[in-house]
Amino acid sequence: MTIEELEQIAETVRQENAKFDYEVNVCIDLACVSQGSDKLRDALAKAAEASGKNVLVRRTGCMGPCSSGPLVRVDPEEILYRHVNAGHAEAIVASLGGEPVSTLQCDLNEHFDKQVRVVLENAGHIDPEKIDDYISRDGYKALLTVLTEMTPNGVIHRITESGLRGRGGGGYPTGLKWSTVAKAGSDLKYVVCNGDEGDPGAFMDRSVMEGDPHRVIEGMAIAAYAVGASKGFIYVRAEYPVAVARLTAGLRDARRRGLLGNNICGTPFSFDVEIRLGAGAFVCGEETALLASIEGKRGAPRPRPPYPAMSGLWGKPTLINNVETYANIAPIVRNGGRWFANMGSERSKGTKVFALTGKITNTGLVEVPMGIKLREIIEEIGGGVPDGHTFKAVQTGGPSGGCIPAELLDLGVSYDGLMKVGSIMGSGGMIVMDDTSCMVNVARFFVEFCMTESCGKCIPCRAGTAQMYTLLTRICNGQGTMDDLDLLVNLCGTIKETSLCGLGQTAPNPVLSTLQYFKNEYIEHIVHKRCPAGVCNMEAPVEVMA
Amino acid sequence: MRKNGFARHALIETLHTVQSSFGYLDDDAIRFVALSLRVPLSQAYGVVTFYHYFSLKPPGKHTMTICAGTACYIKGSDKLIAAAEKRLGIAQGQTTKDGNISLMTARCVGACSRAPVVLSDGEVAGEMTCEQALEQLERWAVE
Repeated sequence: MTIEELEQIAETVRQENAKFDYEVNVCIDLACVSQGSDKLRDALAKAAEASGKNVLVRRTGCMGPCSSGPLVRVDPEEILYRHVNAGHAEAIVASLGGEPVSTLQCDLNEHFDKQVRVVLENAGHIDPEKIDDYISRDGYKALLTVLTEMTPNGVIHRITESGLRGRGGGGYPTGLKWSTVAKAGSDLKYVVCNGDEGDPGAFMDRSVMEGDPHRVIEGMAIAAYAVGASKGFIYVRAEYPVAVARLTAGLRDARRRGLLGNNICGTPFSFDVEIRLGAGAFVCGEETALLASIEGKRGAPRPRPPYPAMSGLWGKPTLINNVETYANIAPIVRNGGRWFANMGSERSKGTKVFALTGKITNTGLVEVPMGIKLREIIEEIGGGVPDGHTFKAVQTGGPSGGCIPAELLDLGVSYDGLMKVGSIMGSGGMIVMDDTSCMVNVARFFVEFCMTESCGKCIPCRAGTAQMYTLLTRICNGQGTMDDLDLLVNLCGTIKETSLCGLGQTAPNPVLSTLQYFKNEYIEHIVHKRCPAGVCNMEAPVEVMA
Repeated sequence: MRKNGFARHALIETLHTVQSSFGYLDDDAIRFVALSLRVPLSQAYGVVTFYHYFSLKPPGKHTMTICAGTACYIKGSDKLIAAAEKRLGIAQGQTTKDGNISLMTARCVGACSRAPVVLSDGEVAGEMTCEQALEQLERWAVE
């Protein structure tokens, strides 16, 4: 395979597509499938065939605004239809070439206008199970360019120049991580993709793996070339069977095309990827725990240093990046580091995908440039809080993050900005809460999550989260005292400072941030035995923690 | 196991395959896997009990899994769980005495935009109400 051959494939696909007068794209992401979009696709294909029109019905990955699903987009007119079911198929096909079906058409300009699509550029445009579709949109071009024209150092330089930071939440500069692994002397190195999206309430990585699997594979291959690795692992949650199937198919197709395997495209570079399944453990998103899990052990973290970059899988230097980080690599290589660095804020470059969920009108996936105000995401892109309720807080970073109140909504989204207000960027879950959510109860929910997900290796996390949970339960039940509150703050500090891994160190964040911004709710629970949101049952007996 | 060349590090992969074939992992299965992969029995058992995904008990004929992720929680999945628990008379993670229905909770299935989400025998349904969930349970109960 050479660049010319790649272009040839792309050209063939384009010519094939040009034969059709219309393209009807149907979203087959989980949210749309749960509303019958697979049946819809079959009905559309049938209607298209019966109509005698020249129509291509394509299955695509997540288009974004899941709350309007199942979604159908008709190209080249770019008409978006929402809440489409199989019964509408004939009407849509009949409308091709004429007036759009007005009852189904939706206007989401405000939703899309503010977005910038880099990671999701192919979402809604390609069939995730067809490698040629990906190639037709410049897929694998970056890999071949890198292999034939660039040195590993050149690649690392370009990534460093782009200012890309780890999208898993930590925000470690990707270029720096790559150069550390590249410098580590070893005959064998590994590249690992962290697809263990454990943060409940986030599904960006699932959408990328399901909607554009080759993008992740290409990013990993480029990374492997840059750091000198020959073997890769993608660690995916077992809860994402579709992602596993798509990645498996993607790897197989890439091997068939000679884009993975020995001597890729006639160069001395060899690289292949295996999939490893998680088994439902949040802590396995932590890198050392993830490595243990790949080795087939219990997913318990170990102290760092040594960092995986020096001693990772089976003691060999290992590069670990998140799905979204790898998904950014190919566009950066294609368009240059400066192009990427021009987007975003001063210290956080590029774009970020967020999963917008909770009490918000337009739930779904959004990709925005860094530095955008939270208010723009929630009120303009998200369409605000529905049903006449008022916005109370937005939670970012999952169980490791914090709740950001209404008065801080003008904050720009960046790693440092979110850190400053007591939350974190996290992997990109963004859960909106309105006045019907009790912040104490929310904090208790997260602590309960961390308590059950704690691996039990270190005491601050294992025992500390359980104690936090007991205290919060007492407050929720109206049996808390002001002393409990002090104890809670104390405990949070201890856990934060003495836990072994990220799970424990960040477990107190939801409590600390709600205490900082919503202390009055805690006090209301304790002093007046009243839950302002009407969530907590004050008469409930205290649960005794075992 | 053969697919992974009987590699020891493929323990989790192998256990996944066994569980998807038999529905759960019993002592014999764990012992067999450990022996075949030359992994200490303690490690195999440790792995099985560490990960939530593996089950040591046989599941019921039907399984209702209610997502307890953050987005679902905010949208009221706790009420769904309570209603289902009350109807079935069992706690989450248990199976009814007649072995008909298992009630499980999940840590996010990734369909958060349609919260709250319930999986009925693996089929995903979003924006569930208590009534819909109970209806499903009734349908299974009369079968």
